[in-house]
Amino acid sequence: MFVYADNAATTSVSKTALDAMLPFLTENYGNPSSLYSFAQKATEALAEARATVAKYINAEPKEIYFTSGGSEADNQAIISAAKLGARKGKKHLISTKFEHHAVLHTLKALEKDGYEVTLLDVHEDGVVRLEDVKAAVREDTCLVSVMFANNEIGTVQPIKEIGAFCREKGIPFHTDAVQVGGHMPIDVVDMNIDMLALSGHKFHAPKGVGVLYVKKTLPVFSLIEGGAQERGKRAGTENMAGIVALAAALKESCDNMEANNAKIIPMRDKLIAELSKIPHSRVNGSIEHRVPGTVNMCFEGIEGESLLLWLDAKGICASSGSACTSGSLDPSHVLLSLGLPHEVAHGSLRLSIGEYNTMEEIDHIIATVPQVVEYLRNMSPVWDALEKGERPHLI
Amino acid sequence: MALYSDKVMDHFQNPRNVGKIDDADGVGEVGNAKCGDIMRMYIKVEDGIIADCKFNTFGCGSAIATSSMATELIKGKSVEEALQLSNKAVVEALDGLPPAKIHCSVLAEQAVRAAVKDYYDKNGIEYNAEEFQICDCEHCH
Repeated sequence: MFVYADNAATTSVSKTALDAMLPFLTENYGNPSSLYSFAQKATEALAEARATVAKYINAEPKEIYFTSGGSEADNQAIISAAKLGARKGKKHLISTKFEHHAVLHTLKALEKDGYEVTLLDVHEDGVVRLEDVKAAVREDTCLVSVMFANNEIGTVQPIKEIGAFCREKGIPFHTDAVQVGGHMPIDVVDMNIDMLALSGHKFHAPKGVGVLYVKKTLPVFSLIEGGAQERGKRAGTENMAGIVALAAALKESCDNMEANNAKIIPMRDKLIAELSKIPHSRVNGSIEHRVPGTVNMCFEGIEGESLLLWLDAKGICASSGSACTSGSLDPSHVLLSLGLPHEVAHGSLRLSIGEYNTMEEIDHIIATVPQVVEYLRNMSPVWDALEKGERPHLI
Repeated sequence: MALYSDKVMDHFQNPRNVGKIDDADGVGEVGNAKCGDIMRMYIKVEDGIIADCKFNTFGCGSAIATSSMATELIKGKSVEEALQLSNKAVVEALDGLPPAKIHCSVLAEQAVRAAVKDYYDKNGIEYNAEEFQICDCEHCH
């Protein structure tokens, strides 16, 4: 059995998205910037896609910028806020310890340019506290950036509350909503969001296309110069096929959200319930504040990469926050931010499911993971020491 | 291209000599759980020959494969020959490792040396301590 359980990494392109994009790779190849009527189909489709995306996050079309993906959108949002801040002498940015690297590395680069960055603790449950945001805010704070939901552990943040506080203080508020778009409702007005990033391939559009939303009252600075596309804020001929597919996929995901989640959540909960029966395991992050499809667990005494390789051999695609899968020596910064010891964080597994998964597939995962964990524990000197009491169990 | 060679995958999925030797003549453990790899090597020595060798490993696919290959390479060899085992020989026998995983082969080499050192210690055999420096590289901190 083949089970794709890595939907937080990427998703398959839906038939709806594929059907929407194909004409723009074939007959409708016109450049939306061209004047002749042949290209107008592209121009109109671009406007329509923008309107669709705007509608599904309750924004205005002119607040939507198409980008190459979530990373570019995050970069542009943060750099725009930083530049605006610098003009007013404000060079302090607030974010969290477990952001995606698209945010963290951008902040790191800004630090080198003389900005100051405060990264908030995310506590043991992987949820940022509004009080911590309040305590971190200074006179010179020019941006608060808190991800809507974490990509590795799936915890959802109190976006609306943080947004309301930032609004009251007049501080721009950005959220990386890459894990949320198409999976949970987003309303930039109700949730007080000033800037937001989406990535098409997380909700069944193709890779290489994303969205930056910026509230119309805030200036946007371009990262790519060279043309008047996206109202001069993002040069380069538009990725028409990607953009129309993204709009079609977002519409489809949002229109079916309730039905999809009614299917996904019971599968996720079954995974949590059954895999938690493995002794000395833990679910990472709040159970309550969680996206529908993501489960992240640690199993003591084993290492994540060997777990993934075995699951792959059994037909299961999953991911891990172990050091060995990242190419660095440290395990995932997300798991460490929860306060997990290195040795526990090495034994992590992320399963992220979607509406295309079935309960039979979930049962296959539930049957397979405990076997592999047991097998690896039986050859692990760490597990041996834990079982003999030479080393204390940490979970 | 796959992350690992077919040989690595074979030794990962069908590891040779997994287990413990209860009456081992030498046991060596290297690495640390914090950095994600621990290898424990057991050797049984008869007439100066490594008659049996087993391992337990906590670690990634290449940590398990290099442990397995190291046991294969020293089994049946003299203790002195086992000490000559280099991480390079382990890597070559596995048809290569990704650059980030070379340290696993270093650990495998060190695990063999640690087991031999334990055997020497237990049997009062003299040796040059400088030859038994246990890995102190950045991976182990």
